[in-house]
Amino acid sequence: MDITLANAAQNHAQKVREIRLLVGQMTGVEPEALRFCFSSVAQGTIAAEAELRITGVPLVAECQDCGRKFDVAGYRFLCSACGSAKVTVLSGRELRVEYLEVD
Amino acid sequence: MEIQVKENILGKNDQIAAEINALLSAHHIFALNLMGSPGSGKTSLLERTVAALQGELRLAVIEGDLFTSKDADRIARQGTTVVQINTSGGCHLDANMVKTALDKLDLSGLDLIIIENVGNLVCPAEFNIGEDARATVLSITEGEDKPLKYPLAFKEAGIVILNKMDLLPYTSFDLAGATEDIVSLNPAVAIASVSCRTGAGLDDWIEWLKRQAADKQAGQPQADLAGHLRLG
Repeated sequence: MDITLANAAQNHAQKVREIRLLVGQMTGVEPEALRFCFSSVAQGTIAAEAELRITGVPLVAECQDCGRKFDVAGYRFLCSACGSAKVTVLSGRELRVEYLEVD
Repeated sequence: MEIQVKENILGKNDQIAAEINALLSAHHIFALNLMGSPGSGKTSLLERTVAALQGELRLAVIEGDLFTSKDADRIARQGTTVVQINTSGGCHLDANMVKTALDKLDLSGLDLIIIENVGNLVCPAEFNIGEDARATVLSITEGEDKPLKYPLAFKEAGIVILNKMDLLPYTSFDLAGATEDIVSLNPAVAIASVSCRTGAGLDDWIEWLKRQAADKQAGQPQADLAGHLRLG
């Protein structure tokens, strides 16, 4: 909310219509719970009627040994091709406000 | 009108956490974020740790608790400096709470700060609090399914302490399966199997802790255990 209202104010917005969020698969964020909380905290602000658009980001890792990029299934952080444990997480931990649509 | 934002929701917390880490690093203090379920034995482990490190490392403890000072009282009884944070129902510590607690400590006289987080395997793992490393306590009686059910708490730990090992024969806990799950989540993790009741296995944990503190003392960069998964 702080991020949304600060950015809206900087741009002299009258009303926030849409908030686009990036939410990684490996964050403890439950979209329905987030929407519910958002509707409570947004009351009485210029974002009260804003729609939350949540884009999920899959948990993807890259093997440092063989270079393979793979979806991490069942939180097994071992390379799906060569079994190496040297893997780097590429995506899936995001929790970010991407953009706002305002009037 | 469209406004490009691209701002991390936990960005403010991460910024304060980075300030804390810089401050503690300037004093060569190793900071540990101790996590685990309610009743897993975090405070019992701390009591054992305080006793084992007496005269070796200068230690202070920050105790996170929802409402009470029960844990802080247990630590204070051992003659160690302890600062209480009450979260008033909040389920985790955040960086700002820890920053406030640090104001009450004389950093020039410390080698090690252990921050006992609120008992919870979910939210504490999401918040950096300026630590160098995380330790997650899992007790045998919680069941071997917990690492995969609460992956982040184990994925980002530098060490996992399996506590209440003395109860292993009385449970159906699958030790090999739990270990395999922890390692597949976090291949570089250290694992210490201990009993805070009998004292068995605690040497491994104490040695790990001393090594981390010595590395920090020597100014060596810590393995990036806390923040490396925070992307974007």
